[in-house]
Amino acid sequence: MATPLALPVPTREPRAVTPLSVLARRIASLLLVHAVLIAGAVVILLPFVWMVITSIKSPPEIFAVDFSLWPKHFSGAENYGHALAKVPLVRFALNGIIVCLGILVVQVLVAVPCAYALAKLRFPGRNALFTLVLLGLCIPIQVPALPLYMGLAKVGMLNTYFAIMMPFFLSVFAIFLFRQFFKGYPDEIIQAARLDGMSEFEIVWRIVVPSAWPAIAAFAVFSFVAHWNDLYWPLIVISDTNLATPPLGMMFFADAESGSNYGALTAAATMLTAPLVLAFLFARRRFIDGITMTGIK
Amino acid sequence: MSTSALAAPIVAPLRNRQQWVERFAGMGFAFPAFMLLLVIDIVPLLVLLYLSFTNYELGALDTRFVGLDNFRKAVGDAVFRRSLGNTFVYVAIVLPLAVGLGLLIAVLLHSRKRTRSFYEVIYFLPVTSTLIAMATVWQFLLHPSLGPINGVLKALGFHEVAFLSEPSLVLPTLAAIGIWHLVGFNMVLFLAGLSAIPRDLYEAAEIDGCRSGIDRFMTITWPLLGPTTMFVIVTTSITAFKVFDTVAVMTRGGPMGSSEVLLYAIYLEGYQYFHMGYAAALTLVFLVFVLLFSIVQTFALDRRVHY
Repeated sequence: MATPLALPVPTREPRAVTPLSVLARRIASLLLVHAVLIAGAVVILLPFVWMVITSIKSPPEIFAVDFSLWPKHFSGAENYGHALAKVPLVRFALNGIIVCLGILVVQVLVAVPCAYALAKLRFPGRNALFTLVLLGLCIPIQVPALPLYMGLAKVGMLNTYFAIMMPFFLSVFAIFLFRQFFKGYPDEIIQAARLDGMSEFEIVWRIVVPSAWPAIAAFAVFSFVAHWNDLYWPLIVISDTNLATPPLGMMFFADAESGSNYGALTAAATMLTAPLVLAFLFARRRFIDGITMTGIK
Repeated sequence: MSTSALAAPIVAPLRNRQQWVERFAGMGFAFPAFMLLLVIDIVPLLVLLYLSFTNYELGALDTRFVGLDNFRKAVGDAVFRRSLGNTFVYVAIVLPLAVGLGLLIAVLLHSRKRTRSFYEVIYFLPVTSTLIAMATVWQFLLHPSLGPINGVLKALGFHEVAFLSEPSLVLPTLAAIGIWHLVGFNMVLFLAGLSAIPRDLYEAAEIDGCRSGIDRFMTITWPLLGPTTMFVIVTTSITAFKVFDTVAVMTRGGPMGSSEVLLYAIYLEGYQYFHMGYAAALTLVFLVFVLLFSIVQTFALDRRVHY
């Protein structure tokens, strides 16, 4: 099982003098590498492929004992039609967009000035605030969830968009990330802007932010994906089907179907997974950078 | 700055004014974030701490201060102990495999030129997909009589396996789905770590007699990948420790409590049975574990940023 080529080695083109046996070994190891990678890829893709195929199969074929990969009769229209008629899937996706955008806008509006202040301005309490931000990085939503839920219940605001978004308005991670980014911004430019009579507010939004686009874009992807897929908090505060985000809507639908109508279930799953997957395929690099910027989810 | 006698009196008040502007602007800019921090994190934490010492239940008229009773109850609570144990078993399965496989794929991919982005997209796909929707699909894939996985097993002459209703199999099955969901994420982190290793090190090692791939991996890749590996391990631990979605959709803690995990237990106590006091105590236990992971993570993150 020795895989001599399976490592990050600068692969030099074999010279003409390369003996045949070495060449054969290289080809063998190359085949082995691709065999492992393809085997893994098949496992990764299996649920996606099966989801899409089942969503266009007819019920008798889904329940057939001798299962086939490709459907003989296409029932895509029935399955997708049933899913759309049974639950407001478009509404779920729309809710997802509203919630994610709402969260993102407030997060950026709050985090950017704070991060700039922490990076470039001297003010009392700066270090204490930064310590709080670092501590905040360690607290997942499940911890303040209970008191927040009670508070929202008390003021009668459960089952609102506000309730879904509220705990995420502050992203300590955004503050941490933007501060890191702003710190690298040259002081001379800020000083020059000040001498030109620009206010600190203008400096933040007109000079520093435009230069921080890569960080903001990466964070936007991270935030959007995290909240589109979040289940725990929406599950707690939302019981009204019309306000369900995609994961919650999927859960409502699965409960309603009690797991029997797989054609419609996979049709729903396909429609709710598609937006992010398509966005990912179009903006691959941005997605990968954005989501892996951190492990803090 | 200017040291000339003429400029000094002008510069001094300017500096003074600048200090005031910075103070004023700094506090103003930080204020909204601080208020939100107060409302979303700090006050709820204090309320949580207070609740954990009471027997408060939503809607109850009589609430008493019960000291450490909730924590004592947790120690003796079979459900809580089982869910904590299950959570650790889950982490113990996911952690080595999600990290190991992530590293393996990254190492294999790093030397690919043309096919790299092709594989990268495939392995990263589960990270972007909605886990709840995919869990429903997995449930179907693993179905004892209708699922294709059992279909293949039966075609090969094996008995059908009840992946999700056999108590001894349910945690490994959920862990496998967790690994499927995480491995692409870890792969990308490792790829970033690998590309930070200078190439000439490998050439130097080759000259020094490090000929085989394993040798090169052990002498260069593995040690230099240390900070990345550390970060990936902590990140994976925290993510695995917070397992909830697949349990909530696929098993609801069953069969017979064999897939009850910590967050699911907290969810049931707090938001289904409304035992707020007890749920608060369990949440604090959850927080302690997350903090233990996070302390390590803060160091890992710090090193990653300054590396």
